[in-house]
Amino acid sequence: MAELHTETMTVNMGPQHPSTHGVLRLVLELDGEIVQSATPAIGYLHTGIEKTAEQKKWQQVVPLVERMDYLAAQSNSLAYALSVEKLLGLEMPQRVKDIRVLIAELQRIASHLIWLGTHAMEIGAVSMLFYAIRERELLMNINELIAGFRFFPSYIRIGGLREDLPRGFHEAVNAFLDRFPKKVDEYEGLLSKNDIFMRRTQGVGVISQEDAFAWGLLGPIARASGSNYDVRKYFPYSGYETYDFEVPTAAEGDVYARYRVRMRELRECVKICRQAIKRITPSGAWACDDPRVVPPPKDKVYTEMEALIQHFLIYSQGFTVPAGDVYVPVEGPRGEHGVYAVSDGTNRPWRIKMRAPSLLAIQALPSLIKGGLIADVVAVIGSNDVVMGDCDR
Amino acid sequence: MNSHQVIETLTPLVPDASYEAGASIDFATLYVPAGRLVDTCLALRDTPSLRFNVLVEVTAADYFPRDPRFEVVYHLLSVPNRLRLRLKVRASAEAAIPTVQGVWPAAGWLEREVWDMFGVVFDGHPDLRRLLMPDDWEGHPQRKDYPVQIRKAPQTYEPLEISEEEFRANLERDRLKRTH
Repeated sequence: MAELHTETMTVNMGPQHPSTHGVLRLVLELDGEIVQSATPAIGYLHTGIEKTAEQKKWQQVVPLVERMDYLAAQSNSLAYALSVEKLLGLEMPQRVKDIRVLIAELQRIASHLIWLGTHAMEIGAVSMLFYAIRERELLMNINELIAGFRFFPSYIRIGGLREDLPRGFHEAVNAFLDRFPKKVDEYEGLLSKNDIFMRRTQGVGVISQEDAFAWGLLGPIARASGSNYDVRKYFPYSGYETYDFEVPTAAEGDVYARYRVRMRELRECVKICRQAIKRITPSGAWACDDPRVVPPPKDKVYTEMEALIQHFLIYSQGFTVPAGDVYVPVEGPRGEHGVYAVSDGTNRPWRIKMRAPSLLAIQALPSLIKGGLIADVVAVIGSNDVVMGDCDR
Repeated sequence: MNSHQVIETLTPLVPDASYEAGASIDFATLYVPAGRLVDTCLALRDTPSLRFNVLVEVTAADYFPRDPRFEVVYHLLSVPNRLRLRLKVRASAEAAIPTVQGVWPAAGWLEREVWDMFGVVFDGHPDLRRLLMPDDWEGHPQRKDYPVQIRKAPQTYEPLEISEEEFRANLERDRLKRTH
């Protein structure tokens, strides 16, 4: 029998593909339905935020970094605020720390909900997206309540928070926390034992713990491969060491394991939020007591000359930050978010670099999808939870 | 573990390498000579008391007009020992730094980004192309002497080539059309 002539086919996937979570482009080399190699091309969302940040004053960078990983805006601004506060040597009041923890955990829930909805939708469970967006809407409402802005609240500022919590904050958060665990049961009822979902995800996109670390993958991807590394436990910040929570792990390292880890993280987030909201008093300190950084309250600005001068100085000249460099990591929804901040002692940052977990997740993507089916590519991208704004910055 | 303890552990493992402790307020910082970077990284990864198994981040900072102008910064993490470490390599605009991709594969894209943004060359990197900027981009945007806003001259420019007589004739033609 004569041998059949076969050749591989090169297929371009993206950058305008709905399952690539933005503008990721993959050049796939296919042998039938088997992926032989994959080359990601990124940079379509590069907006030069790090270069722009060097032209701004320190406090003006907060809204900029929130626009990097746009699904976890307040995780970015928390990392940035903590890094500048470390350079300034500021210590936050306990109430500010607790509010920040609460906001960071609510942000993690919001980010995981978008991941869950899109990931399940790409695999075929389209209705999941509507359920996830429904609960996320409540979190957006809480953002609107605290800052008047739903997506990029810029509520976490250098030196504390923008202002005190509004009336009705506790009620809104408690209402969400009462409702949400039942909804997680609902999601898990839809997916966790779903035969189609399990067949599409089990044994797909497997990565070992050694490989995950070698590729720099931290966060839920590493925890689904058996690691228990979590910045909140290993290098606690903002008072996480005083909270009682567990770090969910799984051993298999496949797409299904990453799904299970993130679902259990949702429940742990609720646990942390409940502890935090109990500690937070309805009113109290919302910023540290440092007149260099924190503007005076508005009623004083209108009645006292010194307060007006101080307000004017902060918003016109900004404040100077002692020279030096610092790297502060926080546990973001996608893994370790970290800010490397360099100051030359002036009122503008010399260099701001955000560690981008999505960049490393996309770098490792070819090794995860090589040898698999082309249909699994979509499942693996979804389970890596990449955000192109974070990747390209 | 502070910078001096790391240097004490490293010195017998990497002979004739001169380290320098850097000032820092968060965790140990080491200045590493570019020639001994790969040996140092291998020792950091494989020594049981260090075990820096994750390369968290590679980035650079441009201290123009100082010479050497760049500092390439490596952030390392040891999950088993709960340690963090910062390595710094000084580099001038012409120098090449050896790649650490052989030690941690994660370095591949991170070094590409540093080259893309700062123009620091990584020796032995198999795929040193632009990562974030377009392939045909000129210059390295995050250098301090790179302009923030670029104004390029228009690619084509054709002045209005019409004489006064032609202009009047056009007007006359239009007027006739309207009246008929």
